[in-house]
Order: sequence, then C-alpha cells, then structure tokens
Amino acid sequence: MSIQVQNIHKAFGHFVALDDLSLDFPSGELVALLGPSGCGKTTLLRVIAGLEQADSGKVLLDGEDASDTHVRERQVGFVFQHYALFRHMTVFDNVAFGLRMKPRQERPSEAEIKRKVHELLQLVQLDWLADRFPAQLSGGQRQRIALARALAVEPRVLLLDEPFGALDAKVRKELRRWLRRLHDELHITSIFVTHDQEEALEVADRVVLMNHGMVEQIGTPDEVYRHPATSFVYGFLGSANRFEGRRTAGGIDVGGTRLAAQADHAGEDSEVVAFVRPHELEIRLEQQDAGIPARITRVLSVGALTRVELEGSGSQDGQHYDVELPYETWHAQTFTAGQQVRLQPRALRVFTHNETAGRA
Amino acid sequence: MKSATLPRVLPGFTLSLGYTISYLSLIVLIPLAAVFIKTAAMPLDAFWQTVTAPRVLASYRLSFGMALLAAAINSVFGLLLAWSLVRYRFPGKKLVDALVDLPFALPTAVAGIALTALYAGNGWIGRHLEPLGIKVAFGPLGVLVALVFIGLPFVVRTVQPVLEDLDTELEEAATSLGAHRWQTFRHVILPALQPALMTGFALAFARAVGEYGSVIFIAGNIPMVSEITPLMIISKLEQYDYRGATAIASVMLVVSFLLLLAINGLQAWQAKRSGRSA
Repeated sequence: MSIQVQNIHKAFGHFVALDDLSLDFPSGELVALLGPSGCGKTTLLRVIAGLEQADSGKVLLDGEDASDTHVRERQVGFVFQHYALFRHMTVFDNVAFGLRMKPRQERPSEAEIKRKVHELLQLVQLDWLADRFPAQLSGGQRQRIALARALAVEPRVLLLDEPFGALDAKVRKELRRWLRRLHDELHITSIFVTHDQEEALEVADRVVLMNHGMVEQIGTPDEVYRHPATSFVYGFLGSANRFEGRRTAGGIDVGGTRLAAQADHAGEDSEVVAFVRPHELEIRLEQQDAGIPARITRVLSVGALTRVELEGSGSQDGQHYDVELPYETWHAQTFTAGQQVRLQPRALRVFTHNETAGRA
Repeated sequence: MKSATLPRVLPGFTLSLGYTISYLSLIVLIPLAAVFIKTAAMPLDAFWQTVTAPRVLASYRLSFGMALLAAAINSVFGLLLAWSLVRYRFPGKKLVDALVDLPFALPTAVAGIALTALYAGNGWIGRHLEPLGIKVAFGPLGVLVALVFIGLPFVVRTVQPVLEDLDTELEEAATSLGAHRWQTFRHVILPALQPALMTGFALAFARAVGEYGSVIFIAGNIPMVSEITPLMIISKLEQYDYRGATAIASVMLVVSFLLLLAINGLQAWQAKRSGRSA
C-alpha cells in the first residue's frame, strides 16, 4: 500500500519538528528515514501511524485521507525501539494479542490463532520460544517477537522506530540482513527510522534524508551516497574532509591554494564549502606546489585499508584530514608520520555556503 | 542459606539477619505470643464459649466483612486517584497529592468525630441521605465509611510509583494492534498494576481490621448490628476479663494472618505465572 504525506506541519511548543513536509512512499518498498536526532524522523513516523496528530497537513494511505482515522483503524504495524512487549504475557500471547483483541465476529478461532501465531514465530525463527516470557529473551529475540506481533494483524504498512537502536553492534548487523530478507519475502510497504547511515544504506530500497524537519534528499542508497544533493547530506553520509574557500574560475581557492573543481555553480568569488571522501584524497610530496599543505600525524594500518590522519599547516592550521588508501599503495610510497606533504583531491564536491538545495 | 556463603558486594549477612530476627521478635513476635500464652491458660470450653458468643460472631462478620469491602472500594477509587495524579496535569495537583496522606496523619478519633458530624441525621451529608432511607452514621454503613477513609492512602501510594514507571509505549503498542481503550486497560495496564494493587489492598485491609478510634464514634455500637471486634475486646477488658479479651484477640490474629498469607500466596502465584520471578 502506498503512503503519501502532504504538507505536514508539527510543532512541540516553539520547536518545529516537521516543517511543511511532503513525501511519497511507493507501495512495497522498504524506505529508511535517516537523519540526526531531533530532525523529526520519529515524529513523522508517529504521524503516519496516527500516534501523533499533525498540526496541519494530510496523511494518505492508499490514496485515502487517513488524517482523522484512529491508530487502531489505520492497520499499521508499529515496532518500537524498546520493543514494548507485554511483560506479563508469554511470547505466544504477545503475538496473539492483536488477533484476540478483534471484535467477536472477526476474531479467528483459538485453533486458527494458534496456527497463525506459530506460523509467524516460524517466520521470525523463534518458534521454540513460544512459552517463554519477554524477560527471558535477549534484545534481538525480543525485537523479532515485537515484529511478529506487529505482523499478526496483517498490517497494510509496517513502521519501525529505530528498531535496532537498543541492540549491540553484532546483533544489529544480523537483524539488519534478516529484516531485508523478511521484506523481500513479504513485500509489505515498510518505513524505518534510523540515525545510523550504514544501516539505512545497507537495508533500504530508498533513503529519505531529513534535517531540521525538512527533507534534504530522497534516493536509492547509491544515489544519495554518490550524488549528495546538499552539503548536509555529504557531511552526514560517510566520513568527509571539508574545505572552506572561495569560488574562482574553474575551481576553488582554499587559503591561497587553488583546487580544481567542476564549475557547476555560477557566482564567482562566493563563499563555498567543498567535500572530498577520504579515499578520494591523495597524498603528494611537499615539493609539488599543488594541493593543501598538511603534516602526517598518525598512520593506522589495520586490514586491507590504511588510514592516514593529517593536520593542516600554513593557512589551514588546525584543520583535520583523513585519507584512506589500499595498504599496498601506502606501502609502495615512502611517507612517514611527521612528514610535511600536500593533499590533492581527485574529486571535489562544491556547495555554496549554507546551501540546502533539494528541499521538498 | 547456601548463598550466604558466597562473596557479596555488601558484607554483613549474619549481622543483618540476626538483627532482623531479634528486632522482629522484640517488636512483633513476643507481644503476639503473649496473647496466645494468656489465652492458653483458659479452659477449652470457656474459650470456645467466649469466641463463639453470638455478639462476638456478629462482630467478626462486621469487622472482616467491612474491612474487605472497604479495601475493595479503596482499590477501585485508589487506582482512579493514582491514575489522575500520574497521568494528568491540573491546577492544585500537588495539593491533592498531599491531601491523600491526610488520613495517615489525622488522629483517628478526630476522623471519627468529623465523619459522624457529617453523616449524622442532622449533618451536612446525613441530612440529605436520611430522607432517602439511607442511614450512614450509627450503623454498619458508618463503619464502612470510616474504614474507607482510613484505608485510602494505601492503594494510592502503592500503585502510584508503578504507574509512573509504566511505559506509555505499551498502550501505544496495544492500540496499534487494534485494542480498544477498555481492552488496553483490561489486558495491558491492569495486569502490570496488579501486584501493586494487591499489596495496597492487603495493607488497606489489615489497617481496616485493626481500626478502632475512628469507627467507634460513627458505628453507634449497637449489639449484633454495628459492634466491631476490637470493641468486643475493649469491653472485655473493661470488665477485667483479660482472658476473654485475649481469646477474641487471638482469633482475630489468626484470621487476619491467614487472610494476609492467602493474599501473599496469590501474589506469588501470579508472579510465577507471569514469569516475573523466573
């Protein structure tokens, strides 16, 4: 089922959580709402679920205005960060809850409920825990039970609020993959909120990047990572080296050093911010004039990649830079810690200062 | 006992257990044992006659019946009060919160006199109830009113902290799964509050069974109708019948103890059933 939100505005006192936001979630996709804390992503999810009432704007479910529909009639499955399992019920009773709460004429028979609950528990691969209580389960197991419970009522949409936020890194990775597989099996329109960019890029079909209650960019993980629309998106997704400077003909000027860049934005001599990923930054010998002057402070060689930390010198004093390169390449070169070098970006993305293009 | 030998974060298991036992003995066990020892000096048939005298039997029914009823009433309205205090914001909330403890602080005789003045046939409330045929003061109903009054804080104060800790996400989860308000309350909120509610019930009940001061003014103390068991004990004492007094007291003690034990047992059984103790 498709979800559309139109011109949603929501404020808590003076804090604007959602600022005239409009979005389309096509049917059957797994979409990630990604952004820093306080960007309004959880509020948006709760507005879609009906747990929060927007000050203005509409939520359309399958093209129908659902703004005034109560949560229990919206047929949305909601999964909470802290599971919200009913502690006094067994796993089985938790999953069966939604079915047992149905009005008498719609309620399936106990035998039917039993069959369905076991089917769901098999789907989340925890059938053997049916008689346990939530307190006896691990965090990852609890979240899978919470998901099974939400799926029991056959929701039209699945909404997950930081579903892996309370889990440790290893379990989180496992569950991530598992959620993706589950979605490929069920094809239910799903939205999940996360502040973890790696999680969003790995799991989602599409990523919605949010900041200050507004949408910064929408796209496939590859699109948003490779072609960030705004400086916020570039800075938020993956690590990035940041240069501040002024635009010149055919490039930018960073503290007296000229760097070549695509001239895709007009307005010479305007203040700009440029970003470059650590693997797109090259270390050169000091004798070559081109590039940002810097000094190697630390070298970390773990695994296939070598990470080099540098500190800017001269006009860029106090700046911090990261460079990543294959271990073999690093080894073939003769740089050492403490050495004065020049940094030359292979690809530079330039944004006009404080630009927030691509607002929806 | 085996766990006592394991290393613990805080030492002093033997010391604290020893202190607990001697303290409990001094304050609770020895005085209560004295009741039974005094009673034991009584011939069995005399004991039986004293504790099953019709007036005394009527007083058991009134005392235990009204105490249970008062605790039940307090469970319902105490829960409601705790709910309002935790979930809503309203002007004067702090004042209401403080007011709840007042029955603890008030000398019970004062409460009894105030309630009697209110509910008597010429009192502010009694004046309007009398024409309807409802006689509160100087009757069994008056006993109930007094017991409800003194038992009120127990349920509120036991339920309040649990309710404060109860995650609203649970209610949201229930609603999103299609549960109606009543279903959410019945299947999600109430089970979470039940242990605290039962503790409050047991405390209110125990307090009500032993209450004397406030009841004595409003009850009217009509033989066979509105005499409470503590009054029977006092009247025996006034006639210098110490053995008779302890005989009735020991029956009261045993019944109260059994009832409280049953409530505790019920709680433990529920905790086990819901996996809290596992």
